Amino acid sequence: MSNASQSTPGLNLTRVPDVGSAPIGSAAEIRLAQLWETAPGWRGWLSTVDHKEIGIRYLVTAFIFLLMGGTEALIMRLQLARPDQTLLTPEQYSQLFTMHGITMIFLYSAPMLSGFSNYLWPLMLGSRDMAFPRLNAISYWFFLFAGIFLYASFPLGQAPNAGWFDYVPFAGLDYNTGPNIDVYALGMVLLGISTTVGSINFIVTLFRTRAPGMSINRVPIIVWGTFTASVANVFAIPSVSLVFFLLWLDRQTGTHFFDVVNGGKPMLWQHLFWMFGHPWVYAVVLPAMGIVSEALPTFCRRPLVGYSAVALSTMATMLLGFGVWIHHMFATGLPALALSFFGAASMVISIPSAVAVFAWIATIWLGRPVFKTPFLYFAGFVFLFVVGGLSGVMTAAVPLDFQLNETYFVVAHLHYVLIGINVFPVVGGIYYWFPKFFGRMMNETLGKWSFWVMFIGFNLGFFPMHLSGLLGMPRRIYTYAPNMGWNTVNMITTLGSFIFAAGILIFLANVFISLKRGAIAHSNPWDAPTLEWAIPSPPPAYNFTVIPFVASRHPLWEDRLDEGSGRSILDKGYLLMEGRETIGTTPLDAKPDIILKMPGDSYAPFLLALSTSLAFAGLLLHWRDFTALMSLACTLSLTAWMWPSKALVQCVPDINQDKGAAHG
Amino acid sequence: MKDSAFRFCNRAAVKCAFILIALTAAPVSAALAENGIAPLNYFLHSYGPASTPAMYLGWVLVALLLIILAVITLLLIRAVFRKRSSEETLIIKGEAQGMRWIYIGTAISTGILFSLAIYSLVTLNIIARPAQPPALTLTVTGYDWWWKVEYEDDDPARRFVTANEIHIPVGQAVLVKLKSADVIHAFWAPALAGKTQMIPGLINQKWLQADTEGVYRGQCTQYCGVQHAHMGLEIVAQNTADFRKWQDAQRKTAAMVSAFDVDAGRNLFLDRCAGCHTIRGTGAVGAHAPDLTHLKSRRLIAAGRLTNTPEHLAEWITHAQELKPGARMPSMALTAAEISGLSAFLSTLN
Repeated sequence: MSNASQSTPGLNLTRVPDVGSAPIGSAAEIRLAQLWETAPGWRGWLSTVDHKEIGIRYLVTAFIFLLMGGTEALIMRLQLARPDQTLLTPEQYSQLFTMHGITMIFLYSAPMLSGFSNYLWPLMLGSRDMAFPRLNAISYWFFLFAGIFLYASFPLGQAPNAGWFDYVPFAGLDYNTGPNIDVYALGMVLLGISTTVGSINFIVTLFRTRAPGMSINRVPIIVWGTFTASVANVFAIPSVSLVFFLLWLDRQTGTHFFDVVNGGKPMLWQHLFWMFGHPWVYAVVLPAMGIVSEALPTFCRRPLVGYSAVALSTMATMLLGFGVWIHHMFATGLPALALSFFGAASMVISIPSAVAVFAWIATIWLGRPVFKTPFLYFAGFVFLFVVGGLSGVMTAAVPLDFQLNETYFVVAHLHYVLIGINVFPVVGGIYYWFPKFFGRMMNETLGKWSFWVMFIGFNLGFFPMHLSGLLGMPRRIYTYAPNMGWNTVNMITTLGSFIFAAGILIFLANVFISLKRGAIAHSNPWDAPTLEWAIPSPPPAYNFTVIPFVASRHPLWEDRLDEGSGRSILDKGYLLMEGRETIGTTPLDAKPDIILKMPGDSYAPFLLALSTSLAFAGLLLHWRDFTALMSLACTLSLTAWMWPSKALVQCVPDINQDKGAAHG
Repeated sequence: MKDSAFRFCNRAAVKCAFILIALTAAPVSAALAENGIAPLNYFLHSYGPASTPAMYLGWVLVALLLIILAVITLLLIRAVFRKRSSEETLIIKGEAQGMRWIYIGTAISTGILFSLAIYSLVTLNIIARPAQPPALTLTVTGYDWWWKVEYEDDDPARRFVTANEIHIPVGQAVLVKLKSADVIHAFWAPALAGKTQMIPGLINQKWLQADTEGVYRGQCTQYCGVQHAHMGLEIVAQNTADFRKWQDAQRKTAAMVSAFDVDAGRNLFLDRCAGCHTIRGTGAVGAHAPDLTHLKSRRLIAAGRLTNTPEHLAEWITHAQELKPGARMPSMALTAAEISGLSAFLSTLN
């Protein structure tokens, strides 16, 4: 197996790539670094297509949105700390809870996970970049501009105010005349572009850019989470983009999709929104569960128990996730038969989650835990996951949900799901991969403090919400009377939420301190098994000097695994240095298939995203000429993007001959 | 070093567990002690056959799920802290181990989930319709931010309209038709039945029944705008005789009392309030706001915001926008004489 190309006859390549090794400092390595480096200064900043740079941007931007959404939540908690408070007007409260939901659900939770995947996938899969680097760049720019767009009306006191679920007719023109809802509708269409192109990029990257030998059953488990979420997004996002576009048409052009007086149907909104909304819940938790399944075993000093079961349960969750949206609509007066079906399906969806929970517990049980900060986050996550999952079972019981629905019980449930299953793994994941990102370790003492403060604050703040829900406190009320029996629980919730916020701040302080003064990390400080730990920290622009050959699920543990395992080759492989190149492999077996000529840095993604966003701004402000001008700019940017370049030709010489080879 | 980390975890974990237990117990006891009863507490209080089976379902689920949570938490803690043999630290165990955890854990979970699914579907079937056909039908329409209540009758002369307070005969099933005049609201009187949305363009139906006389609090639970928080109602369950008496009283038009200040108040009302409010038997026929024909018979005003005392009523009329900012009711600028006349008139609306 020393020469992978020999083992795969009929290689579908324009040339047979050289095989060799390129140690750090060799002439070949220096040439690679020159090929892949990004220009310094603002030019490089606007034009880079480096997945690592884009990944870090995603993480930083999403974290800033987390802090913004968190601040909004804290202000709301002050208002609710005691009955009959007048800190906020009802309108301010409406805008705050709407922006809190939009920010956390759309601008934090999914983009954060995209950040991890963008940074890590090529490193884990043994590739030099994502399948479509420029698409990667534009998905970030669209995310950033959509985020700014959604916040544009906030300082004017005209932020979206109909809840993140944005039900019509309240979100229609009759009841919401300001620009609030138009901002939300157009912003969501814009953000949908980002998520869609990002998802397509992940899907193709998984199937086409794995290192030779990394057959589909050898990909790191985290990849399954993001892959499943990406496939789901491709089907779910059209629903939400459509529904917001229809709303915008109703508001601006006088169509009647949701206009009751003219035969429009408010239920159409609810169905289309939740057909997207429920799969989205899984899209923002499955990749985070993947982070735990990936990193927890490193700290248990053994592989994950039940790799295939966990991967399959991930996909089963998503499939079922498309058939449970009605459980957000149990109280809409649908017939009992329909409710029964969706209620039962909502119970069944807990089964794949049980698979994952027992896989994690078994991994810890059978392993030898190392009590580092990331381990604390992941073990704590398992507890929060179980709480969130069990309260989910309660809301799936239809007759009980008639009571629980739209009370604080649901608020407690969804925060256990979204904070427990998203924020905790994300923060744990940052502790885990920080040395890879920046070449420095994070501080352990501060790390442990941040975990315990976050964990205690979170449970203190959000567990009592179950009780305020059972005591009948409805959601989205800006105040309550002192005789409702909710005073104490709300005061405790407010205290807990501030403690939780303090934990986040300790984490943030740790990031800044460790960036400057953290201990220098070598390439594999946690003794982890996957490919990203085989290269220096932080990784060079080209990722791998040579494309590795992978023979097992744990390339860096092969010496020590007590059951037999293939031997991966990491220091010798395809050199691929005639321009920016990486290897394309077959979707299932990962046999080398084609030399992928990767595009260089380009301004086109930035310009296209900018002009599209400005065109949307023109639509919002009814500036027709400006919108037309920006559409023209879009066309020009697209032309520049698509302009043929000889360096990027993916030429395949003889089609007939290759057909036989591909199936051979 | 590893040892100290271990001790740190252990100590902190125990501390954390203690704090958690103390803090979850505290609000329960405090909330129960606070006022004796939280009026919307559906977990401990149910007074009718449309909600009691769901309450029992809730008890079973909470008990069962707390046990499961305890078991899994103990397993997790054991998994983290159990003693390990000190040998073979460098060998990494194979992947195939441990599948039994997944098989057994998933099998038990599946069994429990299927049982719960069946139990909840059976419960759904029980509460889907009343045992006897409903004795009374009424229509509740959600408005920003109050409730219009129409009592049906085969004889059109016996129909009547009221607002924010629903009276029902005890021990009898009542069919409630739910409509909305503007945006989506949701009708919820948790001690009697679960919630159902009121969707413009649709008529939803639900039934409820009170087996005990009493006053039951209700609340809008679908976000419907700035005053969603102050959209309450009350359901008064009475014995059949009292209920009939109330119905007969509500059917009457407003009594015509004549006195100097009452007349002044009536004129002021017709001048300033009649565009929105109706008082049957007078010229006030506005349809945008609660029917006030028998205002004085109600326990609360402003959709549950205040108790119905003359002082509160005067305060509400003059400061509506402070009590319910954004409500459709304006704060009326009235002189002291006007207020006392209006109060005198409104106090005649028995």
